[in-house]
Amino acid sequence: MVSVAEMPEITSPIIVNQPEPIPKSEIERGMIEIEQLDFKYGAHQVLHDVTLSIPARAVTAFIGPSGCGKTTLLRCLNRMNDLIDSAHITRGSIRIEGIDINAPGVDVVDLRRRVGMVFQKSNPFPKSIFDNVAYGLRIAGVTKRTLIDEAVEKSLRSSALWEEVKDRLHVSGYGLSGGQQQRLCIARALAVEPEIVLMDEPCSALDPIATAKVEELIRQLKEQYTIVIVTHNMQQAGRCSDHTAFFYLGRLIEFDGTAKIFSNPAQRQTEEYITGRFG
Amino acid sequence: MIAIASNSRRVRRIEGVIFWLLRLATYFILACATYIFLDIGIKGSRTVFTSTPPFINLPFLTEPPQTLYVFAYEGKKMTLSDRQFRQWKVEHAGTEVEASSIAYSAGGIWPCIVGTALLVIGSMALALGIGISSAIYLSEYSRNGRLIRLVRIAILNLAGVPSIVFGLFGFGLFVIFFGWNVSLIAGWFTLGLMVLPAIITASEESLRAVPQGLREGSLALGASKWQTIRKNVLPYAMPGILTSSILGIARVAGETAPIMFTAAYAMKDEMPWQVAHWTDFFFQGVMALPYHIYVVSSKIPQNEYTERVQYGSAFVFLFLVMLIALTSIVLRERSRSRLSW
Repeated sequence: MVSVAEMPEITSPIIVNQPEPIPKSEIERGMIEIEQLDFKYGAHQVLHDVTLSIPARAVTAFIGPSGCGKTTLLRCLNRMNDLIDSAHITRGSIRIEGIDINAPGVDVVDLRRRVGMVFQKSNPFPKSIFDNVAYGLRIAGVTKRTLIDEAVEKSLRSSALWEEVKDRLHVSGYGLSGGQQQRLCIARALAVEPEIVLMDEPCSALDPIATAKVEELIRQLKEQYTIVIVTHNMQQAGRCSDHTAFFYLGRLIEFDGTAKIFSNPAQRQTEEYITGRFG
Repeated sequence: MIAIASNSRRVRRIEGVIFWLLRLATYFILACATYIFLDIGIKGSRTVFTSTPPFINLPFLTEPPQTLYVFAYEGKKMTLSDRQFRQWKVEHAGTEVEASSIAYSAGGIWPCIVGTALLVIGSMALALGIGISSAIYLSEYSRNGRLIRLVRIAILNLAGVPSIVFGLFGFGLFVIFFGWNVSLIAGWFTLGLMVLPAIITASEESLRAVPQGLREGSLALGASKWQTIRKNVLPYAMPGILTSSILGIARVAGETAPIMFTAAYAMKDEMPWQVAHWTDFFFQGVMALPYHIYVVSSKIPQNEYTERVQYGSAFVFLFLVMLIALTSIVLRERSRSRLSW
């Protein structure tokens, strides 16, 4: 395997602004390195030569117009694309904490436990609030009642939902409001203690107040987790991310600190997108 | 202008004709159904209900069929069942009577009800086991290749096979080739195969109705595929699978052709549980309601005394099928209100 530092010059004509190349010796918990990734749905290539290092314990936002491949890339990170028959990575690699997640020996179940995901459409299970949060633990074989109780409370507290639901843990998760449902899904993802949390437009179906709560939550969670968030909402990327990657037509156009991207982008396309001239 | 006006008149006339055609077709169905239900309901209730408490003809529901003896004695017409007739002869020893006997027209239909229940339970257990398994495979595991398309076509075709063909197939394979003879187990397999396509299709639909988000949510938490299906897909599909299967029950209970060569006896004195060894239970023929109706209405000479059992059996049978259908509707409404996304 080649580390980013030793990597040969990228042949793609687009100049990628890597913030800080990470030497191989400093493998950090929750660090993701994507290298020259090509991805195809059947014959249709969705990602072209994406190389990107996502720093640990920070929020990285993927932005770009619809169809630019940002969600596809996100779903590569926990191999959710395995569910789609014709979808394949055709070149390149993704390493999490230095380990190629697509290598033959990798246990995808274990990977997904370490890389949690929150979906665009909140998808609580038709179970009680408690059972929703406990689901991942029970799947993992945790049977001890006290352990589960503790983890459920802790996760609900981390997702800022505890105070709102502590008296009705055993009613259906479907009874919650949209924003609460999404925070329940976040709690559910946190309960299995992942290192990385992927969020696919987590606020797209929420009203502004619920969105503000989830964004506040994201800012708190980065203390402990590496967070990658796909968003259509430029302001949201600006408000809660540390780094921003801008994608266009399946290519990574620019990756830099969020402040830099929003104030002084290096690429014209980035600037045009951010100022709302297209997308 | 004139052309348009005449055209619109024609359009209106066609509209009126079509309206009445459609309406007549609908009322025709209604009339037929009403006639059948009223006929069976009125004539059948003469057998099933009584004018004195307990108002239900319990012997008809709890006794095996018996031969009816009709004879004249001291100017009175006597109609006695087999058992009653023998007792009467003991009481009137020495009296010679010229009695005509009519098969199956006295007593009740208890063994038929039991036999039908056994056939339904066994064949549905079999069909649900195989059907749900293959539906899970088709909807959750298989990739949409040429082979799977072939499998689907085969399932569709299986659904179109006439039930008499299933009966003959079961006779050839289970009764003769496997040597199971006319038996419960041969009937289970034949009936099970017959409803399998309906169960697979219904189960697959119920599984597909479970939102993809629930699968992804579960997988993203580190659940394996089977864990996801068992904990987060199947439980939500189950009410739908079961309610559509209840309609399968009505079909299994109602078909005569598949069991007439494989499982049904016209008459059997022992009840199914009266077997020498427990394994014999599976290899015995049973009486069944639809087959009994067929036998009493076409295999014995018809006269004024046979109607009682014919209509009584049909009435009980219709009632049971309606009960099953009603259960399915209630269950469906319940599960619908509980699981919604």
